[in-house]
Amino acid sequence: MQVPAPFEYERATSVDHALQLLVQLGPESRILAGGYSLLPMMKLRLATPKWLIDIDDLADELGYVEEDGEAIRIGAMTRHRDLLESPLLARLAPIFRDAELEIADPVVRNRGTIGGALCQADPSEDLSAVCTAVDAEIVVRSLEGDRILHMEDFYRGPYQTAVAPEEIVVEIRVPTRAALGSAYEKINRRVGDWAVAAAGAALTIEDGAITDAGIALVAVGAEVSSAVAREALIGQEPTEEVFEEAAAAGAAACNPITDQRGSAEYKRHAVGVLAARAMGRAAERLGAEVAP
Amino acid sequence: MKVTINVNGTDYTREIEPRTLLVHFLRDDLGLTGTHWGCDTSNCGACVVLMDGEAAKSCTVLAATAAGHRIRTVEGLEVDGVLDPIQQGFTEEHGLQCGFCTSGMMMTARAFLDAAPDPTSLTDEEIREAISGQICRCTGYATIVRSIRRAAETEKEELPA
Repeated sequence: MQVPAPFEYERATSVDHALQLLVQLGPESRILAGGYSLLPMMKLRLATPKWLIDIDDLADELGYVEEDGEAIRIGAMTRHRDLLESPLLARLAPIFRDAELEIADPVVRNRGTIGGALCQADPSEDLSAVCTAVDAEIVVRSLEGDRILHMEDFYRGPYQTAVAPEEIVVEIRVPTRAALGSAYEKINRRVGDWAVAAAGAALTIEDGAITDAGIALVAVGAEVSSAVAREALIGQEPTEEVFEEAAAAGAAACNPITDQRGSAEYKRHAVGVLAARAMGRAAERLGAEVAP
Repeated sequence: MKVTINVNGTDYTREIEPRTLLVHFLRDDLGLTGTHWGCDTSNCGACVVLMDGEAAKSCTVLAATAAGHRIRTVEGLEVDGVLDPIQQGFTEEHGLQCGFCTSGMMMTARAFLDAAPDPTSLTDEEIREAISGQICRCTGYATIVRSIRRAAETEKEELPA
């Protein structure tokens, strides 16, 4: 029987209330959002907070997907299901919908939240990879005010984020550019499982050339963002050959391990194939002609 | 801590440990053992109940969180001796063998049909996707899909014109 270690429970009625509770209860308190990342960790006793501050009641305050001309703003309590069903995301950042179709299962997606997923910072987790690919900004709030972190500064390595004990993630901002195309590709063994390997691509193509790129390689090491794949794309024309070379460079540089989901060799091969596919679909979604 | 949770339309107030999971609250504190306790890891779906009409895996929800939500369990499907169309469908299409996954399957199906714009036009693929977070170790998926389809058709017939 898996049951969390004993803890004390508080329920926040607003973001400000949650922030006050964090200060009052100290660093051994944790925020509980949807519960589908933290509760499993607590059942395994990998997390043993003394206090849980439940922000379930903030589902309305922090549950939204909006666009303000510069960015898509996603509230931290937005649930997977709402990301999956958002017409705004499907239109402006379809990489979210691609990933959500493969995240957990429909019932888990009813409760799990984007903020919870990002704060878990699992290097195999899909939304962290998506946010890395699209170079999302994470808005982190304390009683002192807001800090805005790029994913590369937010994600500090497996299960580690830059969120301080007295802070809460309140919003995720995805920059919107007219020329941004994005896609996500994943292989998993069965519904709801972590990826064997996955890849996300977000490309900016202007005047027939790739001017910016975010490439995430998932479940193949602690480093999610692939700098070598990005470098291989910038300034190039969007062709299949360029995509395959960039994907191969990323695959060569990643660090998969052999486990029950596959051998390191297999994962390295798979992530290269997935990355090339994701780049191709991202370009196609921009209407770019992808030459062989 | 003291919690009051509305289950199948009735408010229940109990003294619980904060770490009590909803599935154990339902089974052990309320004696509602129709909700099954399976994998404990939010994979199998045997523990699915409805929270405000949406399916949720009750092994991964704190009872404390459930306070303030409307919980519906398999015991809440039948009303005054009349089976819910979902239960009728599972009966008629032999949607269960050992029965362990059945309550979770039926609750997910209930939420799924409630949310479907037109239940009669659902494809088998859509039904399979809806129950993809549930495991039937008897592997009786074909009859489960037929049961849900039967329920969708029955509901359509019963709707007032």
